Amino acid sequence: MGNFKKLELAVGAFVALGLAAFFMLAMKVSNIAELGEDKGYKITARFENIGGLKVRAPVTLGGVRIGRVAGIDLDMRSYEAVVTLSIEPKYNQLPTDSSASILTSGVLGEQYVGLEPGGMDEYLKNGGSLKLTQSALVLEKLIGRMVTNAVSGEKPPPKTP
Amino acid sequence: MIDGLQRLGRSTLGWLNRLGRATLFLLRLLGALGALVRRPGLIIKQLYSVGVLSLPIIAMSGLFVGMVLGLQGYANLVDFGATSSLGTVVALSLVRELGPVLAALLYAARAGSAVTAEIGLMKATEQLAAMQMMAVDPFARVFAPRFVAGFIAMPLLAGIFTAIGILGGYFVAVYQLGVDSGAFWSQMQAAVGLVDDVINGVVIKSVAFGWVANWIAVFEGYDAIPTSEGISLATTRTVVNTALVVLALDFVLTAIFFGV
Repeated sequence: MGNFKKLELAVGAFVALGLAAFFMLAMKVSNIAELGEDKGYKITARFENIGGLKVRAPVTLGGVRIGRVAGIDLDMRSYEAVVTLSIEPKYNQLPTDSSASILTSGVLGEQYVGLEPGGMDEYLKNGGSLKLTQSALVLEKLIGRMVTNAVSGEKPPPKTP
Repeated sequence: MIDGLQRLGRSTLGWLNRLGRATLFLLRLLGALGALVRRPGLIIKQLYSVGVLSLPIIAMSGLFVGMVLGLQGYANLVDFGATSSLGTVVALSLVRELGPVLAALLYAARAGSAVTAEIGLMKATEQLAAMQMMAVDPFARVFAPRFVAGFIAMPLLAGIFTAIGILGGYFVAVYQLGVDSGAFWSQMQAAVGLVDDVINGVVIKSVAFGWVANWIAVFEGYDAIPTSEGISLATTRTVVNTALVVLALDFVLTAIFFGV
């Protein structure tokens, strides 16, 4: 029977090790801490074009991540993209005239929403919205504009005195 | 030409026949699970031989795979100055694919083949027939404990493989290549989702692989021709069939969970 006890001990240690491995995968490797993140308050921002922005993309202010993109929708009357931002509760002093722009981290990096604080004394609350927004930079449009500029640039522009 | 067609037909029928027998076998196996509740000791004994004894090869392989991923990922990312996402590369490839798949392949070679050989030899030496003579159901006494133990062990082994692999990648990245340790973990945590990657990747995949790997191992032993040659064939078939089914199933699961 003593032999079986040892066996049981080894199996118990094995199962514990396996569970510990999954515990590490959950706590250390993945972002479990952000699962209950919906405690944050929601504000919306309207953009003409969100480029490649995705749900769960970071929302930053001064480079610090203060929340995540919680949802992306399209307003069928104004044909604008409505982006819902979930901001962590501890950052509850965003002025109401803050502005949001869609930026790209690095040349090939993912897109995120960058906030610029305004100067008002009132702060955004749950359900509030950002009025000042700047759309994503769409590379194709930029190149298109450059090409049209280059083509029209062949004729000398009319000089204005 | 006609001969070839005939042979194709025969092998197809033989294959379907085996699939049918394997399915009936699985049903009888599942029917015998109830008897196991009264004999948990049987499962623990098998868990020792398929789980604990597989631990060294799983741990060593995981460590080396993780370290190789660290080196290779670094060599490619350094051109883009993106070495801080090395943690993401190592963790995602292990959690989504390499952890469950390699653990299942190693498991088939280390434990599945042993189960097949053991059952095949029991059959060849007529131990199974003797059990039936004594009114002991070999499904409840021999097959079901091995199947259940393997089914429990497989996800645990895959989890250990993945975790050790990530640690191996971490050691190579931080201590040998000089990647920043904070960036390694934080980039990884930002990119790896608990449900999207860990549950859909390593957990669901290893449960599915554990099911098919042990089903094949136990069935091949049960279905082996009871000669020394038959047992060697059955053992080979266990490893080959498990590898094929695991890789094909991995494609299907990846297409479901990660295919856009």
